Amino acid sequence: MEVQLPEVSLRMMAPELFLFVWALVVITFDVVTKRAQGESVGYLTMVGIAITGGILAITGEGPGFGNMFYNDPMAIFFKIIFLGAAFMAVGSSFGLTKQKIVNHRGEFFGLMLLSTVGMMFLASANELLTIWIGLELTTIPLFVLAAFFKDNKLSVESGLKYFIVGAFSSAVMVYGLSFLYGLTGTTDLLQMKLNLATVHLTFRNIGVILIAAITMLIAGIGFKLGLPPFHQWVPDVYEGAPTPVAAFLSIGSKAAGLAAFAKIFVNGLSAFHGVEMAPNDWGKLAGIVAIAALILGNTVAIRQTNIKRMLGYSSIAQAGYIMIGMVAQSALGLSAVAFYIFAYMFANMGAFAVVTAFEDKTGSCEIKSYAGLAKTSPMLSICMTIFLLSLAGIPPLAGFLAKYFVFAAAIKQASLEGGQWLYWVVGAGLITAVFSLYYYANVIKQMYFSKDDSPYRVGLQAPAMLVVLIGLAGVLVFGLYPEPVLRFAGEVPSMFGFVSP
Amino acid sequence: MPVSAFLVLAGVLFAIGAVGVLISRNIIVLFMCVELMLNSANLALIAFSRALHVVDGHAFVFLVLTVAAAEVAVGLAMVITIFRNRETINIDRISILKW
Repeated sequence: MEVQLPEVSLRMMAPELFLFVWALVVITFDVVTKRAQGESVGYLTMVGIAITGGILAITGEGPGFGNMFYNDPMAIFFKIIFLGAAFMAVGSSFGLTKQKIVNHRGEFFGLMLLSTVGMMFLASANELLTIWIGLELTTIPLFVLAAFFKDNKLSVESGLKYFIVGAFSSAVMVYGLSFLYGLTGTTDLLQMKLNLATVHLTFRNIGVILIAAITMLIAGIGFKLGLPPFHQWVPDVYEGAPTPVAAFLSIGSKAAGLAAFAKIFVNGLSAFHGVEMAPNDWGKLAGIVAIAALILGNTVAIRQTNIKRMLGYSSIAQAGYIMIGMVAQSALGLSAVAFYIFAYMFANMGAFAVVTAFEDKTGSCEIKSYAGLAKTSPMLSICMTIFLLSLAGIPPLAGFLAKYFVFAAAIKQASLEGGQWLYWVVGAGLITAVFSLYYYANVIKQMYFSKDDSPYRVGLQAPAMLVVLIGLAGVLVFGLYPEPVLRFAGEVPSMFGFVSP
Repeated sequence: MPVSAFLVLAGVLFAIGAVGVLISRNIIVLFMCVELMLNSANLALIAFSRALHVVDGHAFVFLVLTVAAAEVAVGLAMVITIFRNRETINIDRISILKW
C-alpha cells in the first residue's frame, strides 16, 4: 500500500529557524568569550533580529509542513510586530546589562529571542496544537526573564507570580482545547470551521460543551492578555520584572495572545454564528471582559505612584481597546486590531525605553521623581510626552488613528441586526478614554510644571537612542501618513473567509 | 466503557487541580495541582481521540507532557531561587508586591 505523505517543507519556517539558531549562537558567544564582551552580545542580538526581518521579507506567503503552518498576511504582519518589539526591547536593555546583569547577558538576550521564536510560530500556526505550543514557547522564557534578577526579591516574586498564573492558565486553555477537539474531531482550524457547521446535528449537548470550551479558552487567553478578572499578575509583574522585559511583555506577549484569540475565535469558531442556539455568544462574553478591562485598567491606573505599575494598568486598558476591534468580528475589526497593536508598539516601547533609561540613571520608578525633568533633560521629556499622548490617543499621533479605527469597526457592526450590544462596549471605551488622559497627563505635568529643577540629567545610550527615535518616527509618521500600514493591515483578515469585506 | 465515564473523571481531576491551585499555600503542592490539571486535559484528549477514532489527540498528549516537564523545570528553579531569598515557600508570605 502506498501512503501519501504530507508535504513537509521547512522553507516557510526559515525566519523562525534562523532566529532559533541565532539564540543559541548568542548564548554560546557569551560563554565562549568568557562573559567579558560587554555590549557586543546585545549588538549581536540586534543584528540577528534585523537579519530575521530580512529573511521574513524574502520568504513570502504560502503553506509549509502540511497545512499546519501557513504564512498569510496576518502572520507576516504580526511577525513584524514581534520582531520590532524584540528589537526595541533589546535596544533599551543595554544600560541594564551593563549594571545589573553582568554574568548572564547571553541567557538574557537568548531567552528573549527564544520567546520571539514562539510568538512567530504562533502567528503562522494553523491548528490548535501549534497555537498552544507557540503560546507556551512564548511564555516559558518570559517566566525566567521576569525573575531574572535572582537576588532581587521583587523580581523573583514577580517571576513566581507570573509563573503560577501562566501555568494555571495554560492548563485551563489546554482543557478547553480538548473540548473543542472532542466536539469537532480535528485540530485544524479550517476543518474545525466546516465541522462546527454540521456538528450540532450529531451532538445533543453541543451548546453546553461549546460554551464551557469557549469560557475556558477566553480565560486561558485572557490571562495572557491581562484581561479582567485574570489581570492581577499584570501590575505586579510589570513592577518587579526588569523594565525592558516588562516592555517586551506588554507588546510581544499581548500580540501573541491576540493572534491566538483571532485564530481560534474569529476564524475557528466563526461558523458558530450560524448555529441557531447562540449567535455571537463568545462575542458577548469577550465584550463583557473588554468593558471590565477598560473600566478597571483606566480607573486603577489613576491612583498609581509607580510608573511601571501605571503602565501595567494602562496596558490592561489598552488590551480592552484592542478587544473592542476583536469582538466586532468583522474584517474591518481585525484590520483595526492589527493597526492598533502596530501603533501601540511604537508608543509603548518608546515610553518604556525612556522609563528604563531613567531607572538606570536614578534607580527610581516613582512618578514623583520625574518632577522637573523637562528643565534638565528637555529632549527626553518631549519624547516621553509624545509617547504618552499617543497612548492616550491624541491626534495627530498614531494612537489616535488606532483608537478611531477600532471604534469605527465596532460601530459599523453595531448598526447591523443583533449587534446593538456593541454600542455598550464602544460607549465604555469612549468614556474611559477620558480617564486615561488624566494619568498620562499626570506624568507630563510632573515633568513640565514642577517648580524645582530635577536633580537628574538623564542621557540615552546609542542603542536606547535608536529605540526612542524608532518609536518617535513610528508614532509621528504613521499618525500622519498611515496609508502603507493600513493597506497591509487591510490584508490581515484575507485568510479568515469573511463573507463581505 | 463509554466516553462519558472518562470525561467525568477528567472533569473531577481538573476541578480538584483547579481548587488546589486556588487554596493551597505551598508552592510545591501548587505545582502538583497544575500538573493534575494538565493530566486531566490529557485524559480528556485521549478519551475523545478514542471515541472519534482519530489520532490527533495522542500527538497532542505527548506535546502537553513535554511542555509540562519544561514548565516544572522552570518552576522548581524558581522555587529554589525564592527559597534562597526568603527562606519560605509559603504563598502568603511572598507578597511584597501589592496594589
